[in-house]
Amino acid sequence: MNGLRGRGLVIVAIAVACVLPFLLSNFRVFQFTQVYIYAIALLGLNILTGYNGQISLGHGAFFAIGAYAAAIMMDQWQIGYGWTIPVAAILCFVAGFLFGLPALRLEGLYLALATFSLALAVPQILKYFEHWTGGSQGIVLSKPAVPFGLPLNADQYLYYLALAVLLALFWLAVNLLQARVGRAIVSIRDNPIAARAMGINTALYKSLTFGVSAAYTGVAGALSALAVAYVAPDSFSIVLSLNLLIGVVIGGLASIQGAIFGAFFIQFVPNWAQDISKAAPGVIFGVFLIAVIYFAPTGIAGGVKRLAALWSRRRRSGSTT
Amino acid sequence: MRFGISSRLAAVALAIGSVAGIGAVSPALAQTPGVTATEIKIGGIHPYSGPASAYGTIGKAIGAYFKMVNEQGGINGRKINYLPMDDGYSPPKAVEMARKLVEQDQVALIFNSLGTPSNSAIHKYMNQQKVPQLFVATGASKWNDPKNFPWTMGWQPNYQTEGRIFAAYVLKNVKEPKIGILYQNDDYGKDYLKGFEDGLGAGNAKLVVMKQTYEVTDPTVDSQIVNLKNSGANVFFNITTPKFAAQAIKKAHDIGWKPLHLLNNVSSSVGSVMKPAGVEASKDIITALYQKEYTDSQWKNDKGMQDWVAWMKKYNTEGKLEDGFNVYGYNVAQTLVQVLKQCGSDLSRENIMRQAANLKNFEPALFLPGIKINTGPADFAPTQQMQLARFSGETFVLFGEVLEGR
Repeated sequence: MNGLRGRGLVIVAIAVACVLPFLLSNFRVFQFTQVYIYAIALLGLNILTGYNGQISLGHGAFFAIGAYAAAIMMDQWQIGYGWTIPVAAILCFVAGFLFGLPALRLEGLYLALATFSLALAVPQILKYFEHWTGGSQGIVLSKPAVPFGLPLNADQYLYYLALAVLLALFWLAVNLLQARVGRAIVSIRDNPIAARAMGINTALYKSLTFGVSAAYTGVAGALSALAVAYVAPDSFSIVLSLNLLIGVVIGGLASIQGAIFGAFFIQFVPNWAQDISKAAPGVIFGVFLIAVIYFAPTGIAGGVKRLAALWSRRRRSGSTT
Repeated sequence: MRFGISSRLAAVALAIGSVAGIGAVSPALAQTPGVTATEIKIGGIHPYSGPASAYGTIGKAIGAYFKMVNEQGGINGRKINYLPMDDGYSPPKAVEMARKLVEQDQVALIFNSLGTPSNSAIHKYMNQQKVPQLFVATGASKWNDPKNFPWTMGWQPNYQTEGRIFAAYVLKNVKEPKIGILYQNDDYGKDYLKGFEDGLGAGNAKLVVMKQTYEVTDPTVDSQIVNLKNSGANVFFNITTPKFAAQAIKKAHDIGWKPLHLLNNVSSSVGSVMKPAGVEASKDIITALYQKEYTDSQWKNDKGMQDWVAWMKKYNTEGKLEDGFNVYGYNVAQTLVQVLKQCGSDLSRENIMRQAANLKNFEPALFLPGIKINTGPADFAPTQQMQLARFSGETFVLFGEVLEGR
């Protein structure tokens, strides 16, 4: 019953998401595209941080690698944009897996610092390979043309592309995390020694989780390059990595739908903050952040879940009396 | 079902998001977007948050200038409705903000958007939409390209122009120059370097005995300065942003290196570079200027400066008098007002660009005497003159003539 209704709601939500581009201005469509892109990256980071317990302050780096992979392929080698998404995924999976190996020896805050250095290093490394990356001037791209003569404009098409990738990756993540693999990933977070005792190859699982997480974020980066049609090292500063972590925590750790909440937060709250005050938008953003953490300590997803439980309990008790 | 509740929440999340966006369907198009009988809507993009938020001062100064213009009756009866946006110096955010201004707020033009990366990100978009991207706040040379990008125009002297001015000075005034260069490893640094090397000419490339670079994220430039000293250079071209400029000046002084020190205009602030570096260490440094500085006592009785101080005290009370960005914002806003005045009653975007490319000997109140803004259909580089100045320990003292680095 519960599950049936849940499925019904998902279908309704997808239907709403599908008609949105025809109701909204192109600018809003672009913003929602950004939200979906962030949601993909946040889901990737959540798999690592929320489910596996490895804190990363460096996912902006994988976002950048994905974005630059797509940009360089399109700019230098004239490869169709469709190919850039899987290639970015594979590239970032490998990069994440390799980075995950040394990261095995680091736990908690030490891992956070190691990944932080990654986020700091990547924008500079991008400048070093100026021939490919265009240095700090970056690479200007063209938005992908709408294929098959679809009656859409470029923004609407990118919206549907991002939505399709989002749904596919969410479906994949749900299946991954609710299966045996997912239980192994969570058990490593909860008690690594017990997990090992139960025969889980913790080293392999941790590295693979890192890889999968990086791949998700890389896909988001590639989509972002397509949507923004420009990449530059300044797009992937440390602020991006911090925003991703903020999004995961605010949305809700170890929560699939939390990625969507978190994405809405990091996309729209800074805009509201600057509408309230140009003098100190950072302070307003900080106030929002503290407010959410205070009222929903388990993130927005946790808060909504609690409200829903409260509501259904009250309704049940109401019906019995 | 196991994941019933989570999928339900996902649905709610999507639904909330869709409601949040629905209030924003774009209004009907007017004749020229953003222009009515009583109003001109102008957008601005500056970093008010993030690591480069010091530049936000410029956006605030512009807003304060427009406020004064509006109180004095506006331009040909129209008030300026200024919409400042914050991009945090992030190119993707700049794209979002530019699209918001153009598509949702329907501004007539975007004015003084700041930063080379942010402007690069919206360059193509603005030209496709045919919306003026006027007087951008970056010294890169690429904004002067009316053939390919007829809707984009720079404002300040570009870095290459300034580099050529310095090169000409060295060739003329230094016997057997051995030049050491420190530059920031990005397009800003390389633009200066290119202008300087072009100015020296191919035959004089060997005069440069050493080039050192640094990254914006480096903590100091100490070792670079030591290397430059050891190279035996007697001329030092210092292409750095304020923090590093102060470090370089101080370090050179500490290790007893006394070259002819040429400092780029980017860091020509007495308050934020020369004083922190130490007055003794900064003495005799030469820079190139185009605007008057409040700290320079020679402008005390200057009419333009007095008006500016009065404006600061009445309209821009948050701003600091010592902060040169407030001078910059005042001058650039004045230039835009001049363009809009020249437009008369025809405020179409085409005419705004036509008039921006038709500025003749316009002198913003806080430009150095003799420095004028000139543009033309094939010349989208408004300011191309500068004057050299030597730091006396108190202020920069101008010397020589106004130089042109075309």
